[in-house]
Amino acid sequence: MTDLTASQVRSTDAGRVRSRFPVHIAVFLAPAVAIYTLFSIYPLIDTIRLSLYAGDEAGIRSFVGLQNFRTLLADPNWSGQFWNALRNNLIFFLIHMVVQNGIGLGLAMLLSLPRLTGGSLYRTLIFLPTMLSVVIIGFIWQLILNPLWGIAPSLLKAVGLGSLFGPWLGQESTALLTVSLISVWQFVGIPMMLIYAALLNIPDDLLDAATVDGAGPFSVFWFVRLPLILPTLGVVSILTFVANFNAFDLIYAIKGALAGPNFSTDILGTFFYRTFFGFQLQVGSPTMGAAVATAMLVIILIGVLIYLFGVQRRLQRHTF
Amino acid sequence: MKKLHSKAFLRRAGRLLAGASVAASALAFAHAASAQTLTIESWRNDDADVWNTKIIPAFNKKHPDIKVQFKADPPTEYNAALNARLAGGTAGDLITCRPFDASLDLFKKGSLVSVNDVKGIENFSDVAKSAWSTDDGKTTFCMPMASVIHGFVFNKEIFDELKLTPPKTVAEFHAVLDKIKADGKYTPIAMGTADQWEAATMGFQNIGVNYWKGEEGRKALIEGKQKFTDPAYVDVFKELASWAPYMGDGYKSQKYPDTQNLFTLGRAAIYPAGSWDVPIFRKQADFQFDAFAPPVVKDGDKCYISDHTDIAIGINAKSKNMDAAKAFLSWVASPEFAEIYANELPGFFPLSKAKVEVKDPVAAKFVGWRGTCESSIRNSYQILSRGTPNLENELWNVSAQVMNGSMKPEEAAKKAEDGLASWYEPHKK
Repeated sequence: MTDLTASQVRSTDAGRVRSRFPVHIAVFLAPAVAIYTLFSIYPLIDTIRLSLYAGDEAGIRSFVGLQNFRTLLADPNWSGQFWNALRNNLIFFLIHMVVQNGIGLGLAMLLSLPRLTGGSLYRTLIFLPTMLSVVIIGFIWQLILNPLWGIAPSLLKAVGLGSLFGPWLGQESTALLTVSLISVWQFVGIPMMLIYAALLNIPDDLLDAATVDGAGPFSVFWFVRLPLILPTLGVVSILTFVANFNAFDLIYAIKGALAGPNFSTDILGTFFYRTFFGFQLQVGSPTMGAAVATAMLVIILIGVLIYLFGVQRRLQRHTF
Repeated sequence: MKKLHSKAFLRRAGRLLAGASVAASALAFAHAASAQTLTIESWRNDDADVWNTKIIPAFNKKHPDIKVQFKADPPTEYNAALNARLAGGTAGDLITCRPFDASLDLFKKGSLVSVNDVKGIENFSDVAKSAWSTDDGKTTFCMPMASVIHGFVFNKEIFDELKLTPPKTVAEFHAVLDKIKADGKYTPIAMGTADQWEAATMGFQNIGVNYWKGEEGRKALIEGKQKFTDPAYVDVFKELASWAPYMGDGYKSQKYPDTQNLFTLGRAAIYPAGSWDVPIFRKQADFQFDAFAPPVVKDGDKCYISDHTDIAIGINAKSKNMDAAKAFLSWVASPEFAEIYANELPGFFPLSKAKVEVKDPVAAKFVGWRGTCESSIRNSYQILSRGTPNLENELWNVSAQVMNGSMKPEEAAKKAEDGLASWYEPHKK
């Protein structure tokens, strides 16, 4: 008897609560939030915590505050490598922004030409490398560019440009550019697809109206299509930024953890790997590694914030 | 009524389950007691076959009750993977030990136990144990297995064709190189700098011992009595720089496997080697090859070789099969193991005092230099690679740069010295 009344009360309560607090949303979100917290948020916070500690010989850790960051930024042995990695990372990013996203945009424009035949074939072919493992990409390109038996030197020789060939992956002046371009080659399909999708979304009426008003193809692109795909370009940029500042695998696959020659291809990812896991005789330091990882997080965070407040807001004002 | 019934059922099921689990754990315990299984952690994935088909069966003839499993990670991932497994308590019973600090670090953290009391440790000299002992030499924590020796492997057929004899001095070495270059058919030196480590390991450490007089120089460097800016070290860098014109097109982006291929395809005459290359060449090269020791600086000089303590085996402090693990280590210290290891993996030379006959003629030549030259180990390995910047990594970098021509020998010496002096007390003066 009492049971019945209790359940009655509960059911009427539930009706009222549902209208105020959407329980079902919390229920649906719970699994994702739990997993995300466990595998992303907790490790992230723990990394930041770890960066405030230092370990001694016996592996016992003690709290040292910001000492690791002071070492990273002020000790010439660390700061030299850190700034070098950051500079290389910026170059790596800029090359992707200019070359990868530039070519991606161009390819998307070409694909959206109504008279193009075999468009889906090109689309698939250009997108294909994106799906391959970075290790395979690194291996293939090392073979292609190999000065002893690669096809690049013989191809250049065949067209009379043999003298232009150099051991590009082995020279300080060219190694970073070469590795960046290999990465561009692999990932150019992603901006292409995103921009292509955005271009397809532009209503034909707008383009027709512009043409009727006397705009040439260039003006249509510049004044109609480009402003309409700007939000997509923004997303592409921020994706490129985050991916590039987290990059590691391709450089590790091609140049190893010392990112030679003379650290000319060293980016934050390889610097982090060497610090955290150690390399050859260098014993890894989890606490210094955590400091490097935290520094990377801060850099990415700054970049994303600049984008959100400097670019995204203006873009929204532009489109709406 | 129904409820009661289900409760009783649950209780019964629970009792059954508990009983079963006790039985299962008892069974598992009995199983563990009757046949102990040892797992070996290693970075030598190339050798898995030899372990599984030769070494472990030989051990099992003596100890049929101990099962041994060989598990290997890729060399570059070994340290990281092993550290993670040790921290998580899932590492194997036997740990293959890298020389010096990486293993010393594990011992200090309490992951490895002392092997001072393991039978067979007396078969090793202090030098052999040095790579796996504490700085004061009192505690050894891994049973030494093998060392690798540096030298030069050459293509005998090219040497015969061009009527060359293996050089003994640096001057003769250069005369040979000049002749090969003048002939124009072959690359004189097979070597690349893309991976960087060859420049330091097969270049700097290989020829360097003759310049800094082996152990004498290595110890002087540790004590701070010598510096990298001393003429002996600068001269090694100068010699390395002089190899550049002989190394063939595009050596700056030539990797280690490229170099091995270049030699085994018969396109290069001389290969600055580690003895571990011998079994690979034995498989791949279809021509006669031979070896010569690193050339001495001047005629009549005493010769030195880099006879580097490379691999050992220790016991995980958390191993549940301590006795079996010790039995295995004792067997590793026996002449029987030395014999099998030396001949199944020619190029890895046993460190024990036991006399072992190496059957591969080229490997035998390498190990034969122990009789005529004085042995030393790589100078960056003991103590000097403990700080930041790491000396070994620095030597990779500067040696490769010297060979690439992007750094002068004097600059390379200064960079190595400055890096060392920035953290190592005896070099701060």
